[in-house]
Amino acid sequence: MSGLVASGIRVTAGGRAILDGVGFSAAPGEVTGLIGPNGAGKSTLIAALQGFRDLAGGNVHFDDRDLLAIRPAERARFCASVEQFASTTERLTVRDVVALGRLPFQSTWQSQPSAEDEAITDACLTDLGLAGFAPRLYHTLSGGEQQRVQIARALAQQPRLLLLDEPTSHLDIQAQLLALDLLQRRARAGCTIVIALHDLNLAARYCDRLVVLKSGQVAADGPPSAVLDAGLLARVYGVEASVLRLPDSPYPIVVYDRAKSD
Amino acid sequence: MGSRPAQFAAYAGLWALLIASAILAISFGPADIAPAEIWSSIFHHLGLLPDSPVAPLRDAIVWQLRLPRVLAALGIGAGLALAGTVMQVLTRNPLADPYLLGLSSGAALGAVIFLLLGAALLMPLGAFLGSLAALALALLIAKLLGGATPSRAILAGICIAALASAATSLLIFWSATGDSYREILSWLLGSLSGTLWSDAALVGLGLLLCAPIILMSGRGLDAFAFGESAAASLGIDIVRLRWTLLAATALLTGIMVAIGGAIGFVGLVVPHAVRLAVGSRHRVLLPMTMLVGAIFMLWTDTAARTLFDPRELPVGIVTALIGAPAFLLILLRYRRVT
Repeated sequence: MSGLVASGIRVTAGGRAILDGVGFSAAPGEVTGLIGPNGAGKSTLIAALQGFRDLAGGNVHFDDRDLLAIRPAERARFCASVEQFASTTERLTVRDVVALGRLPFQSTWQSQPSAEDEAITDACLTDLGLAGFAPRLYHTLSGGEQQRVQIARALAQQPRLLLLDEPTSHLDIQAQLLALDLLQRRARAGCTIVIALHDLNLAARYCDRLVVLKSGQVAADGPPSAVLDAGLLARVYGVEASVLRLPDSPYPIVVYDRAKSD
Repeated sequence: MGSRPAQFAAYAGLWALLIASAILAISFGPADIAPAEIWSSIFHHLGLLPDSPVAPLRDAIVWQLRLPRVLAALGIGAGLALAGTVMQVLTRNPLADPYLLGLSSGAALGAVIFLLLGAALLMPLGAFLGSLAALALALLIAKLLGGATPSRAILAGICIAALASAATSLLIFWSATGDSYREILSWLLGSLSGTLWSDAALVGLGLLLCAPIILMSGRGLDAFAFGESAAASLGIDIVRLRWTLLAATALLTGIMVAIGGAIGFVGLVVPHAVRLAVGSRHRVLLPMTMLVGAIFMLWTDTAARTLFDPRELPVGIVTALIGAPAFLLILLRYRRVT
């Protein structure tokens, strides 16, 4: 089947299972959200999907190919990722960083990016509203601006599979909406997108499907309107909350009441 | 320095400066020799000028004494600056330098051991093995401390450098006498005094072997800017790249130390200065760093050779006088980042 299929993912650290038999699939054309409380294993799962964590079990396929068996050089031409934190001590401009997304398409001895690389880099800068930032030094930007640069860099790889680990956690609300809207449009154009998110309302608004993690296991999996309910929020997050529906909106809305006391 | 014409102009300017510096440096010394005589001598020995108008003694000063030394200085500067740049990226440590991480001390120890075993010709091999061992040890210690953060790597380097230097001093104390003692000590501080054509040739060979490997890794080094997993997700085979580059760096450092001794701070000062000017895109930074490193080393060695004439200062003292304050500046600059 096309898209991403992970099954039986198991990752251990110090004898403890961080991920314990996680399986889910993400279809092309859709945004699949990974949600769950701190320590549920979202970041570990995103790393494991790319082979950055040793698997104690399980496998990952993309378009029916074993994703972890594909050489990094080839994989980078269709799979991109955005990490939660990305800092550097190098002196790189915003444009330099976005242009890194074109590295997988350049040969070893190529001393300059091609005209096509330059055009794609510029387009991605514009898509994230970064055109005016291009000459600024990356390490002088705010956390939110850096996240937008990293999203632009990932999009410059023109991926068919895009994995993002809380890429909007430092963005202001307008920038979050713009970024998620852009990602949703990329998905509609055929990209398979897996995104870890903290904000449940944004997840409900932009994800076609939610995979809920708790303590390294999948607690629920399905469309937001089916997955998000008061029982799940109590069970997974330990909060008392109501899930509302507005008459003119298809998206469920989470309204928090209080943390459960037990 | 984004545009291609600007880059081209910078390369052309640096090459012109390098050649002009070389000719000037050859002309300086106890015997003043005019640039025209230097060109004549060089062309004569290259077979382009059958009858040299230069007096035999002056010709010998140019061809036998100063030219090999100038070439060795250029090569060592380029090599050490290149090694420093690579180590800074691979350890994600702006303070990394072959000298500060203990590689140079390890190389010196290896060279001295081979020298005392009577294998003077194999000194470069000893230096290579020594620098490789020091590098492995530094990475191991940093790992034992819980990961190669900048401060841990530097602390590990200090520890290795102290140990290797003490062992080297002990070996020399035991075995060397009088003149050879002083000669070895001066070499340990970093000195190009008495450089021969064979030395310059070895430096050239080391550059020829290692520089292409490093220069063709520009893409990979760029990808390392945000760490290992970011590099891997950009398609870099990080394990292979890391080991290839660490081996090339150790070999380069070993050869440079075997010829020039433990010359410090070139690998720290030069890459930082060039980075400020052209940024961190390594396909530009690496070649520029080599050129600037070569010119920097040539002038510091020329200063070491001529400032206190007739006595000669070990060039390592000059580079340390410039480098240690620069080290402090870099520390202050990265205080916020790290």
